[in-house]
Amino acid sequence: MKAQVITITSGKGGVGKTTVTANIGVALAALGKNVVCIDTDIGLRNLDVVMGLENRIVYDLVDAIEKHCRLRQAMIRDKRYSTLFLIPAAQTRDKNAISPSDMLRICGEIRPEFDFILIDSPAGIERGFRNAIAPADMIIVVTNPEVSAVRDADRIIGLIEAQEKGPVKLIINRFNPSLVRRGDMLTSEDVLELLAVDIIGIVPEDESVLVSTNHGQPVVLNHKSLAGKAFENISQRLIGEEVPWMNLASKPDFFGRLSRLIRSGGS
Amino acid sequence: MSTIFDRLLLREKKSATTAKERLRLILVHDRIDLTSSALDSLKDELIMVISKYVSIDTDAVEININQEGREQTLIAIIPLQDSRKRGVR
Repeated sequence: MKAQVITITSGKGGVGKTTVTANIGVALAALGKNVVCIDTDIGLRNLDVVMGLENRIVYDLVDAIEKHCRLRQAMIRDKRYSTLFLIPAAQTRDKNAISPSDMLRICGEIRPEFDFILIDSPAGIERGFRNAIAPADMIIVVTNPEVSAVRDADRIIGLIEAQEKGPVKLIINRFNPSLVRRGDMLTSEDVLELLAVDIIGIVPEDESVLVSTNHGQPVVLNHKSLAGKAFENISQRLIGEEVPWMNLASKPDFFGRLSRLIRSGGS
Repeated sequence: MSTIFDRLLLREKKSATTAKERLRLILVHDRIDLTSSALDSLKDELIMVISKYVSIDTDAVEININQEGREQTLIAIIPLQDSRKRGVR
């Protein structure tokens, strides 16, 4: 078994990298895959809380790299799926504690035993980003349909191409169909035309993401959630299945239509 | 927020359209690291060099950055002047 290493990055902070990593990790494990998620945001670890595993941390990525423990000891087994593991970031160190070659070594060590290694990259274009992409076989760039996030995604894609890494796949996160209908949000076609990369998923804005994160339960476990469904689709595409695109541009609901009618009639 | 009525009367531009137009320009400049004033001086110098060899219609020169996927190309349209017409003038 030789794992595929997928790095999740974005340039801009706050677009949903950690949420994407946790949910794809859980969804791949639910499909029966052996998965390790690695948080490389040294000093600002968060993947542990999004996965709900914060109470189980004993050793972290830096401990493993500096050989204070065996790599296996830094791998926390998920509560729900026995084939899913997390290697948490160190909280009290900084990004200079690890190097791109450390990441290559760590991934090389676990590759034979797993199907997927998901690396959650820190925001920015510095050392932490370079650590995260060093071992990648595929890089997922997460963006939001919004001016600054798209600009930073373009910058990151340029840097990835300059380092001859890739392929790059795009996820548009926090897509809001009703804002798109109103003409106040870039469409997914707009974003794709501007960035000119392959897309692997569009995740609708969904309150259940916040609610499930509050509980430490990735949203993909909630089968009623649209965002959860979108993450499931992305994971199926990652294992090579053809999944039809969700219909996010559907007609406004009854109340939406009613309020539009009232507004247009009243002016 | 605009209603359908506003849009018909005032032809107000939707904010997503503005965002896309702005991004298109921002990305070109980010990608090639060339400011618009640098592009202007490039145009002036290009005109000077070409004028040494052939006469051109300097007012009609157009310089654009063309995007194709993630590749950028500099496109210059430089209309040449007919030397026979120049003689008559």
